[in-house]
Amino acid sequence: MNAPLIGARIQRKEDYRFLTGSGQYTDDVVLPGQTYAVFVRSPHAHAKIKSIKKDKALKAPGVLAVYTGEDLAAAKVGGLPCGWLITGTDGQPMKEPPHPPLAQGKVRYVGDHVAVVVGESIEAARDGAELVEVDYEALPAVVDATKAMQKGAPALHDIAPDNKCYTWALGDKAAVDAAFAKAAHVTKLEFVNNRLIPNAIEPRAANARYSRADDSYTLYVANQNPHVERLLMTAFVLGLPEHKVRVVAPDVGGGFGSKIYLYAEDVVVTWASRQLARPVKWTAERSESFVSDAHGRDHHTLAELAMDKDGRFLGMRVHTTANLGAYLSTFASCIPTILYATLLAGQYTTPVIYCEVTAVFTNTAPVDAYRGAGRPEATYVVERLVETAAREMKLDPAEIRRRNFIRTFPYQTPVALMYDTGNYEATLDAAMNMGDVAGFARRKEEAARRGKLRGLGYACYIEACGIAPSNIAGALGARAGLFEAGEIRVHPTGSVTVFTGSHAHGQGHETTFAQVVADRLGLPIESVDVVHGDTSKILFGMGTYGSRSIAVGGTAIVKALDKIIAKGKKIAAHLMEAAESDIEYDRGVFKVAGTDKQKAFGEVAFAAYVPHNYPLDKLEPGLNENAFYDPTNFTFPAGSYVCEVEIDPDTGKTTIVKFSAVDDFGKVINPMIVEGQVHGGLTQGIGQALTEGCRYDPETGQLVTGSFTDYCIPRADDVPSYQLDTRETPCTHNPLGVKGCGEAGAIGAPAAVMNAITDALWSMGVKDLAMPATSESVWRAIHMKRAA
Amino acid sequence: MAVRVSMTVNGKAVSAEVEPRTLLVTFIREHLGLTGTHVGCDTAQCGACTIHMNGKAIKACSMVAMQAQDANVVTIEGVAKPDGTLHPMQAAFKEHHGLQCGFCTPGMVMNAIDFAKSHPNPSEQEVREALEGNLCRCTGYHNIVKAITAGAKAMAG
Repeated sequence: MNAPLIGARIQRKEDYRFLTGSGQYTDDVVLPGQTYAVFVRSPHAHAKIKSIKKDKALKAPGVLAVYTGEDLAAAKVGGLPCGWLITGTDGQPMKEPPHPPLAQGKVRYVGDHVAVVVGESIEAARDGAELVEVDYEALPAVVDATKAMQKGAPALHDIAPDNKCYTWALGDKAAVDAAFAKAAHVTKLEFVNNRLIPNAIEPRAANARYSRADDSYTLYVANQNPHVERLLMTAFVLGLPEHKVRVVAPDVGGGFGSKIYLYAEDVVVTWASRQLARPVKWTAERSESFVSDAHGRDHHTLAELAMDKDGRFLGMRVHTTANLGAYLSTFASCIPTILYATLLAGQYTTPVIYCEVTAVFTNTAPVDAYRGAGRPEATYVVERLVETAAREMKLDPAEIRRRNFIRTFPYQTPVALMYDTGNYEATLDAAMNMGDVAGFARRKEEAARRGKLRGLGYACYIEACGIAPSNIAGALGARAGLFEAGEIRVHPTGSVTVFTGSHAHGQGHETTFAQVVADRLGLPIESVDVVHGDTSKILFGMGTYGSRSIAVGGTAIVKALDKIIAKGKKIAAHLMEAAESDIEYDRGVFKVAGTDKQKAFGEVAFAAYVPHNYPLDKLEPGLNENAFYDPTNFTFPAGSYVCEVEIDPDTGKTTIVKFSAVDDFGKVINPMIVEGQVHGGLTQGIGQALTEGCRYDPETGQLVTGSFTDYCIPRADDVPSYQLDTRETPCTHNPLGVKGCGEAGAIGAPAAVMNAITDALWSMGVKDLAMPATSESVWRAIHMKRAA
Repeated sequence: MAVRVSMTVNGKAVSAEVEPRTLLVTFIREHLGLTGTHVGCDTAQCGACTIHMNGKAIKACSMVAMQAQDANVVTIEGVAKPDGTLHPMQAAFKEHHGLQCGFCTPGMVMNAIDFAKSHPNPSEQEVREALEGNLCRCTGYHNIVKAITAGAKAMAG
């Protein structure tokens, strides 16, 4: 008998290897006969390629090969696919321009892939890359999505001469217009949700080996979903049979969305490994990460909220222009649509909502999901509107939220989602207590006496995790399934290996999933190991994104566990000569109800593999089960954040003095790990609000923020220590009652911080401020108002 | 043209012929196969490559191997006891969940050990300032700060 493990702060199984330098990341893999690849990238944002001369590079010592887009085209290598088809308001499918792994005829952003040089060493490949001569004819470039839609803007793709990928809408426009017509007050904001560069600390990497012996490939790649990588690469790009390709995503040093996608480099090294019959490895330098990892966010939005005289929400109207970058990345199209507009109800009973999104190609890196993916953008719209509305109507910002909270569940929103459960008042109350909102006025006065400006801001976010079910997602354009797979392999002596399609790259699944399994089986956690990230070991997997792993991957594991216990009962019934219906399983022991007869889990497992006394006529030997789980609905984590800032008006510097976050993730398996996820999410959200902003030069299209000097991800002294707590309304439609926690912090934090800053500056007449609210921009806002 | 470099790494004398431009971190990873030292930025900003050279934490991506001639180098692989017992700072990172993906972790631990030698009882602010040169994208630093504070006390005994 063991203590319950669900809810326990178990230290992580994966830590020892990471703490001792024994982790194995993609760049650590060195294969016999290893060669190295360096990509020649476009220095232009938009240019025609007039010629590429390889001769000098090919003559350089140690250079083995140079490949260009022409070589790939001749070999009939396809373009990188997009996994979600959006149908526009005009009934037409979105524009899907070709996305060749190496440019053909034209480059469309700085960092676009032009050629690859493979060498005996990384130095030889680098030297070779310097010698590839590319003759470009520069073209005018456009980096801003609203400018790209204007007449006369440079066109990136022949099939989209106006640069529009689609215009898409959700909601009842006429009903919303009617609601606005009868509103007592309308709050209107226009803002940019700033473009972010993910910057996992492990740069992307890929190392491919081809074996002539059996015509097979192995690709080691820093990736969040190896089966999806394999499916996309084999079926859509290289035309290879899947059983000949093994994809391994070993230890992966952070992803945050940026390692979901099938990237050009992965395809090119895999293809090149066959041409050379040698392993080919590419590892990004940080400067390559900046220019070529898929970026996040980049919305320009006009948002309006209609209210009655008491601040009750009557309707919301949102128009967004989303910058997709130069090409459609793997899931780019669904982020500013399906994962954005559907979240605009937030935690509120807004009866009618209309959202229209125009997605646009520009001469910038492709944009795709980054931690939160559409949901931070939606939360920012809702929570900035709500807070601003409260200030305009002179209502307490907590009170206006309470007046509009959803209180009965299940709740059908006007933007397609059906929330199963929640308790928004509980998290708001807890966050306000924790943040000592009652004492804020006194602290604000005290700060004012020191010449400082204090502000308090809220964000009450909702998230939708574990996008599902597959058939509905398919009807909305998804070109993939959205289930997860799990396998429980019980060994003859009763220890267990769990195989999961959910990949871990920092989330601690090796511990959390082991807790679930050990708890359900009543085994010591040391008896359970978790394996993930290798298509040759895992039966299938849709991977890790969108805070789905515990809700979808965890449930697949639970379903497999149920089958293990069901079969174990049959075996135990035979061993104890009892009726199967009389067998109960209780924390590691099969018992005959109402008797003292019992068999330990290990005894039953042993009997399954040494079936001497076993019902072989009715039951197969062995104890190994798998399950696929396709959820019936999203899960809906929600929470309330209270942020308190102090601004120095002389320098514009904002200090977060207090950040209180209360989340409802449903059942929590490992509070220590969940808190860690929230800390990380909050810090990325604070980064978006205060320090991070991707900038391209508007004329040349050069990435101005291309290093850690120019693009400031938060450092330790940029962020506070956090106060966290949770409230629990278990998810109603999965057996663990879990919802997911990976993205919450990044979803709620930007609005909380900006609401706090604008609260501090409201009395000076600063109604809104763009993210990131750097010291310079805050200083300018204060002093422009003072000068006026 | 190759040059010979010799140094002590994790208590063992090592020597190899390398190109003069070979970075110390490349020497450690590629020539010695000690892949616990990571490269996160190539520009001395992220600190994932932090090692100890002659007892001080340095960034191995911003010097060439030749500059470490005759030096005493310790990498993350040389920190735990030979029997595998974690160093008190490593143990504190585990206990306080001061790591997630593990990529920045070796550099964090190496910097923290050096810092703790001179700060046996650091304040939160001192720890945060000491981490200026180490980037983490996963943890939000909250638990790293707790781990280093506890680890420093444990090291001081």
